[in-house]
Amino acid sequence: MPKDSANPARVADTARVAVRKTYKLYIGGAFPRSESGRSYVVTDSRGGFLANAALGSRKDARDAVSAARKAFPGWSGATAYNRGQVLYRVAELMEGRRAQFTAEIRAAEGISAAKAEAFVDAAIDRWVWYAGWSDKIAQVRGSSNPVAGPYFNFSLPEPTGVVAVLAPRGPLLGLVSVVAPAIVTGNTVVVVASERYPLPAVTLSEVLATSDVPGGVVNVLTGKVAEIAPWLASHMDVNAIDLAGAPSDELRDELAVAATDNLKRVVSHAPSDWLATPTLDRMLAYLETKTVWHPAAM
Amino acid sequence: MPKFDYAPAPESRSVLSLQESYGLFIDGKFTDTVDGRTFKTISPATEEVLAEVTEAGPADVDRAVGAARKAYEQTWSTMAGKDRSKYLFRIARIIQERARELAVLESLDNGKPIRESRDTDIPLVAAHFFYHAGWADKLEFAGYGPSPRPLGVAGQVVPWNFPMLMLAWKIAPALACGNTVVLKPAETTPLTALMFAEICQQADLPPGVVNIVTGAGQTGRSLVEHPGIDKVAFTGSTEVGKQIARACAVSHKKNTLELGGKAANIVFEDAPIDQAVEGIVNGIFFNQGHVCCAGSRLLVQESVYDEVLASLRRRLTTLRLGDPLDKNTDVGAINSAAQLAKIRELSDVGEAEGAERWSPPCELPVRGFWFPPTIFTGVSQAHRIAREEIFGPVLSVLTFRTPAEAVEKANNTPYGLSAGVWTEKGSLILWMASRLRAGVVWANTFNRFDPASPFGGYKESGYGREGGRHGLEAYLDA
Amino acid sequence: MSITLERDLRGFLHGLPGVDRVGAEARAAMLASRSIKTTAKQWALDLAISMIDLTTLEGQDTPGKVRALCAKGKQPDPADPTAPRVAAICVYSDLARIAKQELDGTNIKVASVATSFPSGRAALDVKLADVRYAVAEGADEVDMVIDRGAFLAGNYQLVYDEIVAVKEACARAGEQSAHLKVILETGELVTYDNVRRASWLAMLAGADFIKTSTGKVSPAATLPVTMIMLEAVRDFRDAHGRLIGVKPAGGIRTAKDAIRYLVLVNESAGEDWLDPDWFRLGASSLLNDLLMQRTRMKTGHYEGPDYFTLD
Repeated sequence: MPKDSANPARVADTARVAVRKTYKLYIGGAFPRSESGRSYVVTDSRGGFLANAALGSRKDARDAVSAARKAFPGWSGATAYNRGQVLYRVAELMEGRRAQFTAEIRAAEGISAAKAEAFVDAAIDRWVWYAGWSDKIAQVRGSSNPVAGPYFNFSLPEPTGVVAVLAPRGPLLGLVSVVAPAIVTGNTVVVVASERYPLPAVTLSEVLATSDVPGGVVNVLTGKVAEIAPWLASHMDVNAIDLAGAPSDELRDELAVAATDNLKRVVSHAPSDWLATPTLDRMLAYLETKTVWHPAAM
Repeated sequence: MPKFDYAPAPESRSVLSLQESYGLFIDGKFTDTVDGRTFKTISPATEEVLAEVTEAGPADVDRAVGAARKAYEQTWSTMAGKDRSKYLFRIARIIQERARELAVLESLDNGKPIRESRDTDIPLVAAHFFYHAGWADKLEFAGYGPSPRPLGVAGQVVPWNFPMLMLAWKIAPALACGNTVVLKPAETTPLTALMFAEICQQADLPPGVVNIVTGAGQTGRSLVEHPGIDKVAFTGSTEVGKQIARACAVSHKKNTLELGGKAANIVFEDAPIDQAVEGIVNGIFFNQGHVCCAGSRLLVQESVYDEVLASLRRRLTTLRLGDPLDKNTDVGAINSAAQLAKIRELSDVGEAEGAERWSPPCELPVRGFWFPPTIFTGVSQAHRIAREEIFGPVLSVLTFRTPAEAVEKANNTPYGLSAGVWTEKGSLILWMASRLRAGVVWANTFNRFDPASPFGGYKESGYGREGGRHGLEAYLDA
Repeated sequence: MSITLERDLRGFLHGLPGVDRVGAEARAAMLASRSIKTTAKQWALDLAISMIDLTTLEGQDTPGKVRALCAKGKQPDPADPTAPRVAAICVYSDLARIAKQELDGTNIKVASVATSFPSGRAALDVKLADVRYAVAEGADEVDMVIDRGAFLAGNYQLVYDEIVAVKEACARAGEQSAHLKVILETGELVTYDNVRRASWLAMLAGADFIKTSTGKVSPAATLPVTMIMLEAVRDFRDAHGRLIGVKPAGGIRTAKDAIRYLVLVNESAGEDWLDPDWFRLGASSLLNDLLMQRTRMKTGHYEGPDYFTLD
């Protein structure tokens, strides 16, 4: 293997002229370029050119939110069993692209093959972990409530709606770790990929597009987080926002303030180690509790 | 002149021993203000001055937070759960023992009918303390990890519509989880909270565990923004809730908000009509409509519109408006002049926008703040009275044709606190319940509350739950 | 409206809005919490007395017992002539003639149970003969029982036809027919949906009054059941323009209970029913409690039972 084989864009240069990939946005199940027509250069860990990624705009964010909203009734209305299978299917397809993801991560972060493989494996396993939660979270978090009266009363978790996610820098594991907990329970997502490492996110989009995840359930934007995020934080049709990938503490606070315009559910913490087994926090953050009462009598 | 003219049946005020003026309850004692001033609290039914209370200044709030911090660190957070539990049981018992006093005082200060404070508010207050007392020594089994910790000092701001009940919703879970509290009651309804302070004294609750600072918006702001507060809990308007959310976004304080609503109460053609009419009445005229989860939008299926409206109008003519202390009063006084002005304004807007206004024949007392039970028909989603929370005895009536249309209209609001569904068809109830974007769905009932039942909103109705196992989360470092 | 086809009758009854039991009971309980004091209470006590169907329906009834009951009905409180008279004396048909004689010259009615009361389990001919006999013996009002077995089996037409036949048997040549009270025996119908359907069935078939119970089955009258029936007569008037009376019977023993029923009438059917012509209380021991309360209102002190006559 050539020394720079970690760079997927260059991988076949010595043998033949490679067919390179165009890295686009993923909105509503389609792969458009940014409506702005802009792109930006993505470099590898040593500053070498990797690709031009789409430089998403506020209008791309708007379109992504519309797509996510449109997909919400169908996805949240699907059975938990179905959603679990769909998430597991994502893991299956990622497994098939293990080498590609490993190569992309190595190229982006300049880490060792072993380390990159560990991240990819963890990312795949994370889908599997969350897939299993789809039909269990309601049993863990729901309840039958013994009220003092002739009523049957129960509480169930329900998805919040459209979740905007600023993906953390971990190009694949971090991304999966913030997207999967949102969608497993029926939310739909607009995720802004890591600005520095967007390429694995686009490849993940391709996996999602060819798995059984309905179009619009996950929408992936690449570009400048500081440019796109305020539009998502202030968007009145976004119900929750994950600020794990906010580029600075100042911007995180600003976004958190903007999110109060429609009282978004806000997640701002990130685990110190993405490899560790997740807590339920991220799933629970995008769940509402609905309590239903009905009289019980003949 | 009605045939059967119920003679006045006023509940006696003699059970009460009100003081002329009240200080702030800080560190287990009533104390004078350091930098605040005093104001008068009145009965909204008569405008009679009930007592003088204190508007706490920033230094007062600081003292209260300091006392709460000290109590948190030195006694309450280190006390065994079973002992916290016993204090809460004690409080629950004293509330039961003094239930009549509390009910009379609540009706006097708030304007709500004694029947409601006696039969709903105060029994629920006691039930809330009972329920949470039992959690205090079982938190490790609540599903929040093996040793969940309290958050610290909670700053709690409650509204005037259910002064004592909202106090219970705030204080009972906070204390059960090991937090200490500084609570600010609403400026127009401070008296039962001050009586609760006396109850804490009677229960020998360690000083500083509960602190009550009376005052208005500025006092609330001082409390919410105080750096010594670890958690903010607020029930009130969405407008103020957003301000608090903003402040907490910057200060990184945990917060839970229970805010406004514009609930749809949906009546299908196969509903149990008589009970649905009761549910509509209970949904919007209970507590003069001063209820965040009030069923303020009635959605009636067109095929039974005439029948339901005729029935509703007839039922409204039997509502008895007047003296809140009269045991036969169904509709009491509007809580304040300001709230009355708001209800009037929005009702006038409703009329100006072309909706048809109707109230039963109803004589309003001359003194005090009163508004007759009112329904608007011919309302569409575009009308302000169908969108804005009026927080008064005003019902907007809309129609729908199909279940899908009912869901669409019900969800077409930034709020998401509650919803009602009336049909005898079980599958339709479950279908509707799963599609209504609201934290509480009442099917074939409305406005039911229980300490074991989680309550709280979707969307702009706030976040966090109160009641049940779910409600503990707001006061634990889970 | 005349309903002749069984299919139509069933369709109509099953098309009535359902009753949610929890909601209905909550409403009745709320109305029971009304506090009726002073002048309102005085008025209500007198009205309640005037609505009583003073009743004895025992195997051990004798002419002597019925005479005593009639005397009580005419002069409930010997110590206070302002105490109103009861509405009717309710007896078995074989004692109707005694009651009629005793009440001659008063406006107190004679009510007689009939149709093989209380079970109603007999051939139609036997039931009709029972009715004709009661009417012939001077009954102003006939309290019949419906065939609950037929009702619960869904044979609505049979129940309907039987009521129509009894109504015909209430006719009196050249005089006003005896008023027909139809006893639903709600304790055997069990559900409020059944109570509502049976109420409508009886009204459509020609009942002048609908009555809850025989007093021989527990539960007898309850506030929620009576409320469902009051709602039925209210809705019937909306649909047909005429009033039908309601009579809860059995288990109403205290003045407090009686006043609760009056509140229920007032706030569900409406004040038009606050009249002995349209609302009755089937009871016996109730009368003395009403009288004791009445005297207590006047004297200001609590009364003892020895000061009121037992008949």
